[in-house]
Amino acid sequence: MELYSGSLDTKEIFGRWLDEQADSNYGAYISFVGTIRAEDDIEALSFDIYEPVLQQWFDAWQERAKAVGAVVKMAHAIGDVPVHTSSYVSAVFSPKRRVALELIDAFVEDFKANAPIWKYDVKNGERIYAADRSTAMDGAGLLA
Amino acid sequence: MIKVEFLGPIAKAPVEMEAATLADVSAKLKEDSTLTQWLDKCAVALNDTMVNDLSTALKDGDRVSILPPVCGG
Repeated sequence: MELYSGSLDTKEIFGRWLDEQADSNYGAYISFVGTIRAEDDIEALSFDIYEPVLQQWFDAWQERAKAVGAVVKMAHAIGDVPVHTSSYVSAVFSPKRRVALELIDAFVEDFKANAPIWKYDVKNGERIYAADRSTAMDGAGLLA
Repeated sequence: MIKVEFLGPIAKAPVEMEAATLADVSAKLKEDSTLTQWLDKCAVALNDTMVNDLSTALKDGDRVSILPPVCGG
């Protein structure tokens, strides 16, 4: 898992991940890129991350992938990410395509639901929490 | 004494309190009107591990984190 201040250098990250696994005999490499769209007059999106819980979430996914002979990778931005640049990339390596296709779907969807990352719209230099696009994590409401 | 920290957009300084279980933490946080809009949507971690049981026992020095709704990517 990799965390960066600001936009991701997607080509460097994907290229390096490919190089790292060049001799691993994986038959499939599926990548996902999240790019900030220009909408609602935003200049950027901005992100807060709680790294200790994110690392545990990712480690659990790494174990889940390992059980089916695969590897999951991810990188995410912290702070402001301007429109038309990337805030999130992930990838799966696996021996055959079917496992990788299914894992990337489950991995990215669970990421959206349970990775401890908070998103803000940036308008006129101000950060506004994206409450309406956010999802309560599993177990939410325990203290209510 | 345990410490409760509020993550992401809650924008509230950490608080310290005496609490034997998470149920005690719940009772104390419910007294804070600034948290009314948050508690029903927030998940909870104890010393950075997610927890789901109000009867979870707490000990001196424990750290409880309050995690509001997320949206990575």
